[in-house]
Amino acid sequence: MDSEKIIEIEDLSLAFGGIQALNGISTRLMKGELSAIIGPNGAGKTCLLNCISRFYTPQKGRVIYKGDDITHLPTHAIAKLGIARTFQNIELFKGMTVLDNIKLGRHTFLKSGIFSDIIYYGRTIREELKLRKEIEEKIIDLLEIEAIRKQVVGTLPYGFQKRVELARALAMRPEVLLLDEPMAGMNLEETEDMARFILNVNSMWGVSIILVEHDMGVVMDISDHVCVLEFGRKIAEGPPADIQKHPQVIRAYLGEDQKTHSRL
Amino acid sequence: MPAGLFHENYRNDERIFQTCFVKAWLIAFLIACALFPLIGSKYMISIMTEVGIAIIACHGLNILTGFTGQISLGHAAFVGVGAYTCSILIGQGAPFIIALPMAGAMAALVGMIFGIPSLRLRGLYLAIATIAAQFIIEFTIRRWDSLTGGVEGMYVEPGTLGPFHFDNRLQLYYLTFVLAVAATIVIKNIVRARSGRAFVAIRDRYLAAEVIGVHVFKYRLMSFAVSSFFAGIAGALLAQYLEVITHESFTIHQSIDYLAMCIIGGLGHVLGGIYGVGFWFILERILEVVTTNLNTAFPDHITWFVSIKEIVFGCVIVLFLIFEPDGLAARWRTIRAYWKLWPFSY
Ligand SMILES: Nc1ncnc2c1ncn2[C@@H]1O[C@H](COP(=O)(O)OP(=O)(O)OP(=O)(O)O)[C@@H](O)[C@H]1O
Ligand SMILES: [Mg+2]
Repeated sequence: MDSEKIIEIEDLSLAFGGIQALNGISTRLMKGELSAIIGPNGAGKTCLLNCISRFYTPQKGRVIYKGDDITHLPTHAIAKLGIARTFQNIELFKGMTVLDNIKLGRHTFLKSGIFSDIIYYGRTIREELKLRKEIEEKIIDLLEIEAIRKQVVGTLPYGFQKRVELARALAMRPEVLLLDEPMAGMNLEETEDMARFILNVNSMWGVSIILVEHDMGVVMDISDHVCVLEFGRKIAEGPPADIQKHPQVIRAYLGEDQKTHSRL
Repeated sequence: MPAGLFHENYRNDERIFQTCFVKAWLIAFLIACALFPLIGSKYMISIMTEVGIAIIACHGLNILTGFTGQISLGHAAFVGVGAYTCSILIGQGAPFIIALPMAGAMAALVGMIFGIPSLRLRGLYLAIATIAAQFIIEFTIRRWDSLTGGVEGMYVEPGTLGPFHFDNRLQLYYLTFVLAVAATIVIKNIVRARSGRAFVAIRDRYLAAEVIGVHVFKYRLMSFAVSSFFAGIAGALLAQYLEVITHESFTIHQSIDYLAMCIIGGLGHVLGGIYGVGFWFILERILEVVTTNLNTAFPDHITWFVSIKEIVFGCVIVLFLIFEPDGLAARWRTIRAYWKLWPFSY
């Protein structure tokens, strides 16, 4: 069971006009694994996540989730399958409170329709209370955001917004979590917190994670598997220790004479 | 039993009114509205009925434009659909209790049909599509003589509901009042539940909304339906109030007025519709008095004052857009926050 593939990417190609953003990428995510995708700017990391979460439709190749081809599902259907994500440029609902943002994460799994919402009775009220309790006790506790839960998201500092976005993704009770640079722009302490949250989610909730990240220290410390992209091609893949030694990776990503060092 | 305790806490937390103070104010306000006809003149009762009808219509528009972020310049046309549906049904002998919800349902249906472009269009482009809705509906009303009476319009037979007859102004006022309160509760409930959150999510970031699994098109249409349903109910009441309806009551001019009321009151605030309509009607009355006084004072220059109303309203809208884009509701919120902390306002 442990070595079961939860996501398989087969020969994925995506082009925008003349730009080949992804070029025959094949990789996989094992169940319960924390897998990192690294690569220089413009390597196609975000594009790869966008293909999985169905923002982009690849010209070639397939995305397989638990044995099913999901390459052509509508975007909103992906959430229901248990794939959640965060964005490189925070995509929160800025006018709403933190709590409402997190509640929205659960949208597809709630059943109340417009008619019971109108009277706010029966199913709606039961669901709302259950949801609130779950969010407070599981997610808000885990991510340590009690203090800001009633605040409007747009007014929060950047680091907290990143955290709220993770919280919203967790509210989807995902089996797979796609994180696009969750630590970008954070200071050391915030980065450490975020790394801790991600590890907790991975180990305590058993969520399989694809992490796109530039901070090599973090990547090498917390991931089980690393996949390296450059100009839309996969140039290496394997356990972090091997990747660190991989000559092509060192040349492409780390620069000739730059050593990897952890900020942690 | 901490679990039970938690439960109670959240239940309290999710309630509409957080403090007794707010509740007391609200009850006082409702009682004042209920008792108002005892002291108000016939004219005032008429005006208040108009206010109630406009509030229902604006709540609808607020759902669509304020909460879902789809600008509509065809709201009055949907009000018209409701007005004609209700009047025609009553004319055919249907009881008012059926005709009223049918007016809402018909408007909702038509609203959804004209909401279909929202599959592809957003923002200003969608606004243009709603102008098309406005013109198509108006055109239909003007030309479908056999059903709507064409340009001459049609007489509206008064509806009856048990012992109530709505040709009686007082009873119509109470009907409007009850429905306006109901509409306010409904919009509050929608906004704090799953559907309302989805609306706001689409307004704020429709791509992210899709990723968390919101079926964006479905909710866009639903927002059109709910909004137009409100419009339809408002239309049915307006028909009862006007007694004769023509297409002229449902022009694009009126649509823009509704939008302006929502902007002034506060798009995306539950009470925005109420504040906006209140402000609008008060300003209208003031301008009425001013114009009559000016006219009597300077009878030679009457032509100067005819368009005073349009000019002032135009200026007010522009000023609001510049200085108070979130409307009176937001202003009221900041004032309240200030007084809560007073005198320690830092
Ligand atoms: N919507 C789009 N239209 C056109 N080109 C695009 C689009 N999205 C991405 N690209 C291009 O595809 C390439 C890969 O972009 P991508 O965003 O995946 O890079 P990335 O690896 O995430 O880089 P970064 O580290 O800067 O986030 C880039 O050359 C980019 O310009
Ligand atoms: Mg990127």
